[in-house]
Amino acid sequence: MEVERRKLGRVPAPTEQPKTGEELRAKQIRAREMLRGDVTDEELEQYVERSVFTTMLEKGLNWARANSIFPATFGLACCAIEMMSMVTARYDIARFGAEALRASPRQADLLILSGRVSIKMAPVVRRMYDQMLEPKWVIAMGACSSSGGMFHNYAVVQGADKFMPVDIHIPGCPPRPEALLHGFNKLQRLIQGDPDLGWRQRYNASGTEEWARLEPGTPSPEAIEAAARALEPVPAKEPTDA
Amino acid sequence: MPDAPGLELIAEAINEKDPGTVTETSHEHGRATLIVNPEKALAALRWLRDTEGQRYTFLASLHAADYLPATPRFAVHYELLCRDRVERVNVKALVPDPGAGNGSNGAGEAPLPELDSCVELFPAADFQEREAYDMFGISFRGHPDLRRILMPEDYVGWPQRRDFPVGGEEVLFTHNEIDAPRWFE
Repeated sequence: MEVERRKLGRVPAPTEQPKTGEELRAKQIRAREMLRGDVTDEELEQYVERSVFTTMLEKGLNWARANSIFPATFGLACCAIEMMSMVTARYDIARFGAEALRASPRQADLLILSGRVSIKMAPVVRRMYDQMLEPKWVIAMGACSSSGGMFHNYAVVQGADKFMPVDIHIPGCPPRPEALLHGFNKLQRLIQGDPDLGWRQRYNASGTEEWARLEPGTPSPEAIEAAARALEPVPAKEPTDA
Repeated sequence: MPDAPGLELIAEAINEKDPGTVTETSHEHGRATLIVNPEKALAALRWLRDTEGQRYTFLASLHAADYLPATPRFAVHYELLCRDRVERVNVKALVPDPGAGNGSNGAGEAPLPELDSCVELFPAADFQEREAYDMFGISFRGHPDLRRILMPEDYVGWPQRRDFPVGGEEVLFTHNEIDAPRWFE
């Protein structure tokens, strides 16, 4: 029997719907015969091929997870206003199956960091993240939780991934709800094991990092040197007298 | 708000009771300010609060300021309000920095500027003095519970001082990654 592999989620599986009453009746009779054991060998294989859809358990699980995400009801700052409107009828995250916001991290599997994380808030956020059950994902929404944003000062953590893993960074100050939904869709693809490539891969633009000042497409000497240094083992730091 | 002669009268009355309390007066931008000796600031506040005909019973705000490189370096401002006459007067206590010249903002080793707490006069000053302590490291003598209020308890340094470095830690983008390879470890 040949197993047909299809991607879940992107391409809907074709369904054979019986058109008329007679066709439905014929299908029922066929099913009864199969259950009775009258359908054998080649016929049985054909029957199974037509009516059974096979996939990997992992893929099925991830498909289900990606389409029933429970975000935590958790706002940090002004981005939370945009996050709230994501749930409203105008933007409607229910289209992607994540309209049920959970008021407890123990029931949620997506944490949206909607705003700046102050150094006093960071341990609280980390504890919330630790309280969430696996599998769990994190979206850093807006410039502040991604890099500190405009708050380049003593009170704000410069990027939430300094103290917890972040799956998706959404730029903007604040990002519009559409941008958040776009990031959410990217997260869904990531959960299904089919993450979007970065734009450099997608547009074949590797080597165009900011330090590349030579021909496009060729890394600069600094970039090559940095890559070589990155592969070297880190030397142990000597204690210095302050 | 007392007018300029009225402010002089207040200053004279305070100095008559305890000479050397008010060192200067200032009447600018519609603000009447008494600049007082920090050792006697509490007595001046008490006089303004309790004297018949003054009755500045409401502490609208207490805040600190850092005037680096001026000396004395710090100042604590008290904004008082008389709720009967709706008059305001400011009291400014200039506090010198005892840790001047030896890295006062560093690891908190330098001695802190000190001032008498006015919580006994104005209970509202409790949190505001804690904030002044948190941000400027001004130690209020006699405060019932002087500890940080906004920053984390284990924070080191006085972040609103003018010699505190501007900006947080560096954010690593691709353009400055070459200076710090493997920063993510």
